[in-house]
Amino acid sequence: MIQADFQRTLSPYDSAATKPSRWYFRLHIDPILVGLLTVVIVYGLVVLRSAVDGNEALYTAQIQRYAIAYVVLIVAAQIPPNLYLRISPLVYVVGMILLLLVLFFGVSVKGSQRWLEIPGLFRFQPSELMKLAVPMAVAWYLQKRSLPPSLKYTAACLGIMTLPALLIGRQPDLGTSILVFGAGFSVLLLAGLSWRLVLWAGLAISAAAPLIWQFVLEGYQRQRVLTLFDPQSDPLGAGWNIIQSTTAIGSGGLFGKGLFQGSQSYLDFLPEARTDFIVAVMGEELGFVGIAFLLLIYLLIIARGLWLASQAGSTFGRLLAGAFVLTFFVYVFVNVAMVSGILPVVGVPLPLVSYGGTSAITLMAGFGVIMSVRTHKAW
Amino acid sequence: MAPELSIKDQNREVELFVGRATTLFVLVVLMLGLLVYRMLELQLWNHDTYKSRSDDNRIRVQTLAPPRGLIFDRNGRLLADNQNASSLALVIDKMPEPSESLERVGSLLELTNTQRSEMIARVESNRRPDAPLVVVDSLTEEQVARLAVNRHLLPGTEVVNRLVRHYPYAEIAAHAVGSVRRLSDEDLRRVDPVQYSATEFIGKRGVEAFYEDTLHGQVGYQKAESDALGRLRQTLDVQSPTAGKDLYLHLDIDLQRAGVTALAGRRGAVVALDPRNGGVLAMVSQPAYDPNFFVTGMSEAVFGSLSTSKYVPLFNRATNGQYAPGSTFKPIVGLAGIGLNATTWDTVIEDRGAFQLPGQEREYRDWSWTKDNSGGQGTVDLRRAIYRSSNVYFYDLASRIPVQDLVDFAAQFGLGRDMSVDIPSAGSGLLPDPVWKQGAKGLPWFPGDSVNMGIGQGDLLATPLQMAVVAATLANRGRLVQPRMMRGIDAPKSGDGESSLPSTQIALEQVSTQDWESMVAALEDVVHRGNQGFRGNGTAWAYIGQDIDYRMAGKSGTAQVVEISQGEEYDEETLSEFDRKHAWFIAFAPVENPTIALAVLVENGGGGSSVAAPVARAVIDAHMQKAESKKVAQQEMLVQR
Repeated sequence: MIQADFQRTLSPYDSAATKPSRWYFRLHIDPILVGLLTVVIVYGLVVLRSAVDGNEALYTAQIQRYAIAYVVLIVAAQIPPNLYLRISPLVYVVGMILLLLVLFFGVSVKGSQRWLEIPGLFRFQPSELMKLAVPMAVAWYLQKRSLPPSLKYTAACLGIMTLPALLIGRQPDLGTSILVFGAGFSVLLLAGLSWRLVLWAGLAISAAAPLIWQFVLEGYQRQRVLTLFDPQSDPLGAGWNIIQSTTAIGSGGLFGKGLFQGSQSYLDFLPEARTDFIVAVMGEELGFVGIAFLLLIYLLIIARGLWLASQAGSTFGRLLAGAFVLTFFVYVFVNVAMVSGILPVVGVPLPLVSYGGTSAITLMAGFGVIMSVRTHKAW
Repeated sequence: MAPELSIKDQNREVELFVGRATTLFVLVVLMLGLLVYRMLELQLWNHDTYKSRSDDNRIRVQTLAPPRGLIFDRNGRLLADNQNASSLALVIDKMPEPSESLERVGSLLELTNTQRSEMIARVESNRRPDAPLVVVDSLTEEQVARLAVNRHLLPGTEVVNRLVRHYPYAEIAAHAVGSVRRLSDEDLRRVDPVQYSATEFIGKRGVEAFYEDTLHGQVGYQKAESDALGRLRQTLDVQSPTAGKDLYLHLDIDLQRAGVTALAGRRGAVVALDPRNGGVLAMVSQPAYDPNFFVTGMSEAVFGSLSTSKYVPLFNRATNGQYAPGSTFKPIVGLAGIGLNATTWDTVIEDRGAFQLPGQEREYRDWSWTKDNSGGQGTVDLRRAIYRSSNVYFYDLASRIPVQDLVDFAAQFGLGRDMSVDIPSAGSGLLPDPVWKQGAKGLPWFPGDSVNMGIGQGDLLATPLQMAVVAATLANRGRLVQPRMMRGIDAPKSGDGESSLPSTQIALEQVSTQDWESMVAALEDVVHRGNQGFRGNGTAWAYIGQDIDYRMAGKSGTAQVVEISQGEEYDEETLSEFDRKHAWFIAFAPVENPTIALAVLVENGGGGSSVAAPVARAVIDAHMQKAESKKVAQQEMLVQR
């Protein structure tokens, strides 16, 4: 029985694991996942090439960041899951301290206080760290408890997720706050959280929506939601982004205007073309085909990621890897939905495509962890 | 116990995880499907909508103003050209906070308050918020540089280079050439709005106004790609505007300048015609204004002084100033007397300094009358009456000609109507007759009215342009030419295009060729008859006739502005500036083959011979000198060949 169960979940790698000759297994690398990630990164760099509009320095900087991200990916994959398990509470606590520091000493950019800066050295967003730390903490909490989690444990997990989410929401950075919460929630879902509970929670949130609208959301956040339903109400203000991004995507058609031919981005109609709205550049220049290809690769990454997670040798590894994959998906969905005008504008970059370093490195670290839990069997 | 539990849990948890992962993966596929659906909606089903929205974003169709036709004088010198000017234009739609931006532009360029209010006024009356609107006309290089540096702070601003009208001779030719003004809403109702959609200026006065259609040209179009801030990135398609046609005028800027110089700051007008075709060689009205102000904008102070000055510099005295012609009317009365058999060249009268109608008390005086010396001019025939300008002779003659006959005859000289071909809203003067008087004043025509008309006074009014036509008609011995400004459109700069122009000829049939020659001889005497002792010289001889090396015919006139009561003497000192007499002189030269005929008026200037005649002489001298040097040059060319 046990044997049968074990065999049913056997993967081809298991036999491979017994053959140390497989170099990538020894290196704790999954070639398929790395290959898919590389496809997205290269594809993203092609589109970014257009979006930077001749700014070579920016482009070089981004390539350097990816170089670092690959190193992070490989290093993260070498670290045994056991170590992740052990450092999880520590990472979470450090993350929380950093978030508190941000609240008091953070650097403001465009009206939100999200950054910590060590002058002359570097500057980073602790909330990015929480995207990893929260699912780690939740997985750490659940791994020693029997699953599916009881109501009490579920409540504890919600506490672990909610604290940092609130702190990040205060910055204010609603997008990241939701993502961090979502990352933790993915762990709960994968751990077997009762669907009934999820349903009730959903209904409760819907019922509380007017209250959230009134007391939780800030004026500009409400405006963003309103703009979603009627962008033309303020075409030069809040509606501008959505109008211009949907125009860019829509004008691309099936095959797009051609690489480097996007008038919306070249003529500066498209805001944030390099960062959050880069998928609009892709849609304009490469068309439906271009976006469909991207979404397909994302889907393959998610599929591969979940499969790798399912092959993990421990509950902690499974939950953590699975949660990373789902978080990755949430990034993709929220970004593309936002740019195409079906979700309000929240600051979420397109994974592995948008210009920027923190997000790319965090994500690659996450994928490193996924490969680690898959390839480190004996612990 | 713990290990067993753990293993059991482990397997169950794997199953649980796989189940959950599968469910969530299905959810992932569904949600990605939603995104794909959204993309299909945007990119395939509504592609056309977004495509055109994107094109609307980037493509701006601009109309291009045609370059205005140039205006040349008869010697090919530019009277009106177009110069490059850098102007500040705004695209209001692209400005996030227009009023704030205007404020910023104002302080950046250090605009004066007048310029700022002008800028705001233009923005407020703007017709198209999506098209560039010029708000500051002529930017200095420094202002252009400042704009360039601060461009990123001022979305929606553009420095545009455009052609603006420029009048190199400024005041000198102002009234002749006219000027352009900024196109107003009122103008737009009159003109084709499509043709004028990019045009900023429209001809408002003079030649610029009359030949607006010729000078304007055809509008052009430009399809251009512009960015989110409204700046032009690249031109996609251009349909060039067709430039307006150039105009070649009869005007001679040297004569024009000579007229201005000769008037020497006095108020007045000089109109010189080519008697052969009516071409206007000079049209001076002083004081004048600088037409460039209407293009580049002027301060309120300048405009205020122009529009409210009691000397009315914006008023074209040459074409619209209406004055009693005074004695310059006498040749017409004399010829009428001959033609209507009211007198002959041999008939003489005794001029004792005053004339009385039979049975009336009132004395009509000669110009030479004074309290002390009321002797008059003695025995005068028509010739002497002209060169001595005897009032009494013409009082008598006019009183004996039926008024309607006199008026009809005078009308053939173009009096009482606007004879001009291409001068907008030129005055038509006033040639009174009994019907007019009954209508206007409710009074019958008295014999005294005819007497006054005999010396060009009473209700009779003529513009300097009309009197120039009279001079030309005398020069032509009865052939009337209509005054015209334009010599040709896009004609070669040199060459005698005159002959090809049709000129209207109106014969004065009652007067024979011999009579014309006799009148011309009398007019010649006005200038050249000298050294004849007391009351023997032509009235103008002392002033202009003594050192002249060509033959000129002329007639002076001194028109009263206010009536001098019976028994009073005209005393310049006691009269206010605007009550003093107007000085007239009409003339043509050379007598035998006239190439110039002119009228000079000096407002409140005093005596015609003493004040106006020297002005006429100066202008004709300038003309004769040019004709002479031209002749010499032609002979030299012949010799060389």
